[in-house]
Amino acid sequence: MVPKNRWREVAQAARDAGFEMLVDETVVDYLGKRPVRFELVAGLLSLRHNLRVRLRASVPEDDMNVDSLVPVYPGANFYEREAYDMFGLTFEGHPDLTRILLPDEWEGHPLRKDYGVGSVPIQFKSSPEAS
Amino acid sequence: MSDERQLHEIWISGTEEPEWVKDSTDEGAQEMFIEEPESRLVEQEGIRVDDDFVVEEEIPEDELMIINMGPQHPSTHGVLRLQIELEGEIIRRTKPIIGYLHTGMEKTGEQLSFLQGPTNVTRMDYLAPLHNELAFSLAVEQLLGVEIPPRAQAIRILMTELNRITSHQVFLATAGMDIGALSMMLYGFRDREAILAFFEKTTGLRMNHNYIRPGGVAADLPDGWEADIEDIIEKVLAGVADYEDLLRHNPIWEERTVGVGIITAEEALAYGTTGPNLRATGLGWDLRKSQPYSGIEQYEFEVPVGENGDVYDRYRVRVQEITQSLGIVRQVAESMPKGDYRTEDRKVTPPPRARIDQSMEALIHHFKIFTAGFKVPEGEAYVAIESPRGELGAYLVSDGGTHPLRMHMRTPSFCNLQALPIAMSDSLIADTVATISSLDPVIGDVDR
Repeated sequence: MVPKNRWREVAQAARDAGFEMLVDETVVDYLGKRPVRFELVAGLLSLRHNLRVRLRASVPEDDMNVDSLVPVYPGANFYEREAYDMFGLTFEGHPDLTRILLPDEWEGHPLRKDYGVGSVPIQFKSSPEAS
Repeated sequence: MSDERQLHEIWISGTEEPEWVKDSTDEGAQEMFIEEPESRLVEQEGIRVDDDFVVEEEIPEDELMIINMGPQHPSTHGVLRLQIELEGEIIRRTKPIIGYLHTGMEKTGEQLSFLQGPTNVTRMDYLAPLHNELAFSLAVEQLLGVEIPPRAQAIRILMTELNRITSHQVFLATAGMDIGALSMMLYGFRDREAILAFFEKTTGLRMNHNYIRPGGVAADLPDGWEADIEDIIEKVLAGVADYEDLLRHNPIWEERTVGVGIITAEEALAYGTTGPNLRATGLGWDLRKSQPYSGIEQYEFEVPVGENGDVYDRYRVRVQEITQSLGIVRQVAESMPKGDYRTEDRKVTPPPRARIDQSMEALIHHFKIFTAGFKVPEGEAYVAIESPRGELGAYLVSDGGTHPLRMHMRTPSFCNLQALPIAMSDSLIADTVATISSLDPVIGDVDR
């Protein structure tokens, strides 16, 4: 468990300690289960020591800005874009924080628990720039 | 889109209007050549690619060109779109644009019970469905704390290693086709057929099997499976000999692959690249060796590594992995333990068919398992296995119910694709296709 404001600092320290690879970075939505709604989870791997470690940070709904891990692990790029796309977390210092899987004009963040399943009318239309 | 058809300039702007256009009385022909407004031309230029590449010297604006490749391009193995910034014939920056095959499987996974989960995850990496099921099932079993009988574990290893072979055969086939070795395409798919037929015999389906489930596997191996495995080993070995004849030391193949699309070990680690793409850089990191799962540590095999991390090394590593996996398959077939193919734990395994006819409780139990599903204790699990593309991790969070609170798959192609701009920068545009196919991305695995 890492305090949210020291997220990047701890990741940097872990990398210096030999955790070369960021294997995974994702978010869990604990709506109604825990007092703090979101939890940011990152999995680190050390090939040298054959060890795994998971970093977690609680992210409250009213302050969803976290320091990006891209300066420490460039591979965090896609994962943070996905976290932004699916949960709406924003990452300070991310080079290109745009939606990754959904179209740019999509509304809402689908993997949140209060986002319904199905019944989303899907319209195939040309994107705003191209029309 | 406006109601009228959009017509575009078809000759190079600035040149003289051809005579026949001036003279033509056909209205359509006239309309074709109206001057495009400036704003429209700007739109057509596309969006600037945005990443950390810094141009060392000033390049005049008109020498940079952005081209768009995909999303429907035969060599992108699905629907992958690339924005490539070119200076002459040299690629300076690349931006992969993904999401065209996004079907919200992680959200779907939250609506399905733990027993239904494999049906969903098997569709992610459609060239290695059994690996997806295995990762998911291992994560559920870790949460449940269920012991899996040795026969089920051996069947799992047998099936996933066969699956690794088919996946690498498709890689060789499609990579060969992309680079121009068309006969490789036919050879690869021909040899894959033998294994797919065995999968169909065992699981009922050629892909998307839903065979490996929490608690074991769905069914025992079919009668006469030993003979089938013998046959497969023979055919695949003959196939590998053919691939070596076709591609190894083939001057055209070497010309197209050696020194192309290099990813160094540091870059691979920084971008989270795993699997054969990592091993081609010279790092012998294989989860089957370092963090074994499902009893794979009992079998002898080697981890092939490359040297330079170029397209050729990635191809070599995969060919050698086919033979190594065959070795594992042979050992599993020879030492297949007897016993049950799924756990006896009645919590996850439905009661035997015969009991249902005799006992009301068994019927209720059967009904409960397949409708409501079984409850999984509160907690979270991350289990990683070595899929043909690299580290495939299943991250499950359970709140104590029958459905996962969060299901996340750490899919290898997603990460490997991040290294594509690195592999492609400062290379020739002619090498684009070779580089993409050598990373072996499966778009179902990327977008989920």
